[in-house]
Amino acid sequence: MTFEMFVTVMMNGLTLGALYFIVASGFSLIFGLMRTVNMAHGTLYLIGAYLGYSVYDLTENWYYAIAAGMTAAAVFGAIMQVTLLGWMQGQELRQALVTIGLSIIVADQLLAHYGGLSLQFFPPDALFGATAFPIIERYPTFRLFQIGAAVAVGVALWLILNRTKLGLMIRAGVDDREMLAAMGVRVSLVAVVVFALGAALAGLGGVIGGSAQPFSQGTDVRFLLTSLVVVIVGGMGSIGGTAIGAIIVGMAEQWGQALFPTYSVIVTFVIMAAVLAVRPQGIMGRPS
Amino acid sequence: MSKRNRKVAAIVTVAAAAVFAGPAHAQEEIRLGSIATLEGPFASGGQDGHRGITLALEEVNYEINGKKIVWTAESSNAQADVALARARKLIEQDQVDIIVGPLSGAEGIALRDYSRTLTGKTIVNGSSAASDTTLRDPSPNFFRFSTEGAQWMAGLGNYVFQEMGVEHVAVIANDYAFPYAQVFGFMVDYCRAGGKVTKLWSPLGTTDYSSVITRIPRDAGALLVIKGGTDALAFLTQYAQTGGELPIIGGSIMADQTLMSARGPHQRLMEGMISAGPIADIHDDPMWQEWVERYRERFPDGLQSPSIHGFNYYTNTKAILLALQEVGGDLSDNQQKFQQALANLEFKNPMGATVKLDENRQAISDIFFTRIVKTDDGLRTESFGRADGVDQRLGLSPEEFEKLGSPSRDNPSCPPVS
Repeated sequence: MTFEMFVTVMMNGLTLGALYFIVASGFSLIFGLMRTVNMAHGTLYLIGAYLGYSVYDLTENWYYAIAAGMTAAAVFGAIMQVTLLGWMQGQELRQALVTIGLSIIVADQLLAHYGGLSLQFFPPDALFGATAFPIIERYPTFRLFQIGAAVAVGVALWLILNRTKLGLMIRAGVDDREMLAAMGVRVSLVAVVVFALGAALAGLGGVIGGSAQPFSQGTDVRFLLTSLVVVIVGGMGSIGGTAIGAIIVGMAEQWGQALFPTYSVIVTFVIMAAVLAVRPQGIMGRPS
Repeated sequence: MSKRNRKVAAIVTVAAAAVFAGPAHAQEEIRLGSIATLEGPFASGGQDGHRGITLALEEVNYEINGKKIVWTAESSNAQADVALARARKLIEQDQVDIIVGPLSGAEGIALRDYSRTLTGKTIVNGSSAASDTTLRDPSPNFFRFSTEGAQWMAGLGNYVFQEMGVEHVAVIANDYAFPYAQVFGFMVDYCRAGGKVTKLWSPLGTTDYSSVITRIPRDAGALLVIKGGTDALAFLTQYAQTGGELPIIGGSIMADQTLMSARGPHQRLMEGMISAGPIADIHDDPMWQEWVERYRERFPDGLQSPSIHGFNYYTNTKAILLALQEVGGDLSDNQQKFQQALANLEFKNPMGATVKLDENRQAISDIFFTRIVKTDDGLRTESFGRADGVDQRLGLSPEEFEKLGSPSRDNPSCPPVS
């Protein structure tokens, strides 16, 4: 292995991790903070990607696609929370079954409407192509953009959770829901806002992910699984943990592919099993 | 007769009626089951497979010798276990007589093995194209009227070495039975001619190819990309994004409408791409033109030009119908007459190529060299050469062919000397 290849694979792992962070941060928000088991997170990713694609197809504008994908996923997420999940608070098995059912229904609807062909976004020229990069000469611009987007998402989430009144209410709700309600906060409304925010991040991931690699039927399951692994490895409800988890999973996939491609699929799960065995709450998780 | 006894008698009568009505019912109709991938990475290929079956069935108006053909469609997702479960469902629950399918390589091997356990049922391949399905350990109940992955590549290795003058090819392929067959078909000629090959495998369903692209050797003169659907789109887009410029030789499911009708930067890499396979979009045989016309008329929202899967499913269904016609829809006696008719069938597929079976019930037919050209309607494959009557041993004697071994991840092998 040359040094150049080492740097390239490191960069690939980091940029893939950035994409996983964007998608999994929404999952972490919903699952880790609100304790809602949302097995339809991959579906929100697909909704963002497909609806974003409809707008992209119409306007040829990638930024509109981002806005449309985020909005569509957020609206769908809010509807899910209001009509289905809101009144099942704390009933994990029920939530899991309902969201799995929902994801199957939505996947079939998307198949009926958009067909089975793989689709892909093509980002604006400024982001397409390659940029000069030290040591390896050139590196795809869009993959660098993924890092930027992930950092922006991370910083924004941290600010919302730690520097705003909404963040204060979310964190208080995690610790003691009843007390928060008793103090006059409409907890159910906070839950809808958090769910919509998490869903919007999945939708953002859908459009950015759909620009990095094609999406089609089945992409939802892949991203749901990845999000689960990221959150389990990183620790529930911690933004820093999600970032660490995402980078570990991204690195594992890319190094696996570079070193032993045939068995690369299992590396991620080996890491997950190892974390569960040694530190069940995840790397940054609080022991329950 | 006591009340209880009368009740028992009534149940027995009903049961007996049901048992005797069964076969009488089965003679009036012929039950055809199909398995195509309507989920997963080859979903659009499976959809086109359905179009192929539909075209063939509509030609005979769903009827053979006064017997109605009842078609039950099942879907799989290109995984062998799923295809097997669906085949079981078709045979045991829907009680079909004949299955046409599956679409993908490993599924084909699974159904071949399953067909061996059946009596009086026949499985005719859909579009799956792994070599070993019929080459090694064939099943008497499994027939394949479409050519397979290794046959599709016949002669391409010589062309790339001699005409294109490429001495080192990097193979970018998915890690399962069908690409093994295609790589095998290519390398038999190419290695013998003196070419060197570096193989880069990745699992089916991979969408991030950056690490694979990093590993393409610097002195490679061309890429042989054996992928289809989502995987192919992902690889080509990312290769274009890194500024890759090597000439690309495509596997047989790559130069397909599935990929050529999708917009994007991969199109730049695809123009001029050489490939080989059983079909070409632009081909001057009148039979082909008539068939394409019919396809387009029947499926206005279908592909611009039928895909390899639509073509294969059509050809295989057509063979079933021709054999059924020959025996007048007679499936009695464990389908012996019908299977005999299938084995002796000789007909022309829509490309105008003669199809007949070898002793393992595998098609011997013509293979076409194709090149991707730009037309007013977008990219199309055009035939520019033809290898007649390619058999599964690629023209070698059984002993010579046996020596090559079975296609796999590591076989054949002719790596560059570093």
